[in-house]
Amino acid sequence: MRTLEEKAREAKNKKAALGPDVDLDAFDVRAEEHPRLQNLGQVGQQDRDRLIQAGVDVTEAGRSGSYLQKDATAVYAGAKDEGVEVIPIKEALEKHAWAREHYWKLLSVDVDKYTARAFTDLHDGYVIRALPGSRAFFPVQACLYLEKQNLSQNVHNIIIAEEGSELHIITGCVTAAHVSRGLHVGISEFYVKKNATLSFTMIHHWAEDMMVRPRSVGRVEEGGLFLNNYVCMKPVKSLQMYPTTHLVGPGAVARFYSLLVGHPGSELDVGGRISLEADDTRAEIVSRAITNGGKIIARGDIIGERAGVKGHLECRGLILKGGEIHAIPELKGRTEGVELSHEAAVGKIAQEEILYLMSRGLSEDEATATIVRGFLSVDIPGLPEGLKEQIDQAVDLSQKSVL
Amino acid sequence: MLQIEDLQVHLGDKEILAHIDLEINAGETHILFGPNGSGKTSLLMTIMGYPQYRVTAGKIRFKGEDITHMPVHERAKLGIGMSFQRPPSIQGLKTRQMVAICGGKKEVPVDELAAKVNFTEFLSRDINVGFSGGEIKRSELLQLMAQEPDLLLFDEPESGVDLENIALIGNTISRLLERDLKPGPEKTCKEMHKKRKRMGLIITHTGFILDYVAADRGQVLYHGVLACKGNPIDIFRQIKETGYEECCRCVL
Repeated sequence: MRTLEEKAREAKNKKAALGPDVDLDAFDVRAEEHPRLQNLGQVGQQDRDRLIQAGVDVTEAGRSGSYLQKDATAVYAGAKDEGVEVIPIKEALEKHAWAREHYWKLLSVDVDKYTARAFTDLHDGYVIRALPGSRAFFPVQACLYLEKQNLSQNVHNIIIAEEGSELHIITGCVTAAHVSRGLHVGISEFYVKKNATLSFTMIHHWAEDMMVRPRSVGRVEEGGLFLNNYVCMKPVKSLQMYPTTHLVGPGAVARFYSLLVGHPGSELDVGGRISLEADDTRAEIVSRAITNGGKIIARGDIIGERAGVKGHLECRGLILKGGEIHAIPELKGRTEGVELSHEAAVGKIAQEEILYLMSRGLSEDEATATIVRGFLSVDIPGLPEGLKEQIDQAVDLSQKSVL
Repeated sequence: MLQIEDLQVHLGDKEILAHIDLEINAGETHILFGPNGSGKTSLLMTIMGYPQYRVTAGKIRFKGEDITHMPVHERAKLGIGMSFQRPPSIQGLKTRQMVAICGGKKEVPVDELAAKVNFTEFLSRDINVGFSGGEIKRSELLQLMAQEPDLLLFDEPESGVDLENIALIGNTISRLLERDLKPGPEKTCKEMHKKRKRMGLIITHTGFILDYVAADRGQVLYHGVLACKGNPIDIFRQIKETGYEECCRCVL
C-alpha cells in the first residue's frame, strides 16, 4: 500500500476536477511564527473588528471553546466546556491515537494538488471533539486568520461529535485588512457518530485576490444529524469547493445551507453532495446565490442508494447587477424507491414585490434591500437561537456590501 | 380629500379608464361597483401609483397636492394605503417585519394589532407565502392598521373570506374608516361625524360590506367609465335585480 507521503508526492501537480487551476508556486508557504496567546483578550482591536464579522468573538461570551490560527501558527486553543476538546491538529496527532485514527480517513491525500499540499506543507488546524454523551450549550468558535500577504495557508481540521453528543461550531476564515492576495487550502473531516448532532457554520471573509480551495468530507452514523451552513458574501478571486457527506447509518440526516454573493471579479464554484447510503436517511441542500457582477456556479448532488431514502435540493439565484449564475442541481437514484427532488430558479427581483413594499412606504432602494435580506434569510431547523442570531448578524453586516 | 379630474389611463396599449371624475371628501366612504374587467382594480392601482397604469390625461389630487406622477412610496407617505386582492408573497420576509415596516417611523404594537384580526400565529410566517384567500385579507387589514393611512383603498376585501371571519373583516374595515365612532354624553352624532377624517374607496361584488359600513356614495364603473353615482344601497339593489345591463343604458 502506498503511504500518504507517496500519494501526496504523486498528486503534487494533479489539477482539480473543478475550478480554475492555481499555480501553487506563486504563493509563499513559510510564515513567521506568531506568539501564542494566553487568552483571546490579547487580540488587538483591529483584528477583533475583522474577527467579529466572521462570527468570532474574542470575549468568548456564549462560547464553549475557541481556536485561533494566525497564518501558520495556532495562537490559541482552549475549551471552556468540559465536554469539549479543542486542540491544534499538530499537537493532537502527536499526542492522541484517536486523532491519528481520524486523519485522512474520509478524504484521500491524492484527490488533487490541494489535498497533497495540505499534507506535505501542513501549517496547523483544529481538532474539535465533543465527548460521548456531552452537550455543549454554547457553540465552539474557530478562526483561521490570514495576516501575511501572498501566503498559502494550509490547514487540516478534524471535527468529531462522539456518540450521543451535541456540538455546534461557528468558524470564520478572515483576511487582515491589509491582505489582498493569498491562497487558503483547508481540509476538513467531519465525524458524526451514532445519535450525535453536529452543526457547523462557516463564514468566509476573503479579499479580492484570494484563491480558496476547501476540501471536506463528512460521515454520519446511525441516527446522527449534520447541519452544514456556509456563508460567503465578501469578494474573493476564486473559490471552489464541493463538500461531500456520506450518510452511512440508518436514519442519518444531513442538511446543507449556503448563502453566496458574487462580486465583480469573483468566481464562486460551490456545491454540496450528500449520498444516502443507509435506510431511512434524508438529505436537504438549500442554496441562495446573489450576484452583482460575479460568476457563481451553484452545484448540488444527492445520491440515493437505498429504497425509501429522501432528498431535496433547492437552488435559487438572483442576478442584481450583471454577472452570471449557473445552477447545476443533480440527482442520482441508484435503486427503486428513492424519493429525490429538486427545484432551481434563477432570476431577478420581481417588480411586483418592490411595488408592494413601496405601497407600504419604503423607497425603491429600501424595498430592494428588504427583499434581498429576505432572500438570504433561510430558516435552518435545529440551530440554537443564539447561533441563528450570529448568522443573521453576519449576514446583516455583509449585506451592506451587496447593494 | 381626493379629487380625480378627467382621468385617462392606459395599460400597455389599451385604454382602460376614460374620463374619470371622482371626488372623495374627508370622512367619506365610496363603494365602487362594476362587472369583471370594468377597470375597478385599475382605478385603485392608478390612485396608488402603480407605474404600469399610465396616466395619459387628467389629474389626481390628494390633500391639495397633484400626485398624478408621484411615485408609489411618496403617495403612501402622504397617506394613501391599499388592501390588495392578490398581493405578492415575499420569501424570508416575516409578517411581523412587514407590519412593522407599514408603521414607518412609528413604533407599531404588532402583537396587539395582530390579536385584533386573529393573526397572531401568522406573524412568524413569510408574508403571504401559502396564505389562503381569507388569510391574505386579514394580513392586508393588519398592515393597514399599522400604516394608518387617511385614504384607504380596498380591492374586494370580502373575496375568499369564510363566514366565520366576515364580520371580523367588516368591523375592522369600519374601524379603519372611523365608522365605528359612537355618539356619547360628550359628543353628538353630528359632532362625531365631523370628527371623521378617513376616506375610503371599496370595491365589492357581494355588497356584504354595506352591512358593516354605511357608505356615503356608490359609483358604478362600466367599460372604464363611471356610469352612475348615488346611494350605494339603491345601486346595489338595482344591480341585484337587473344586473349591470341597466348601467349600459347610461353609458351609451
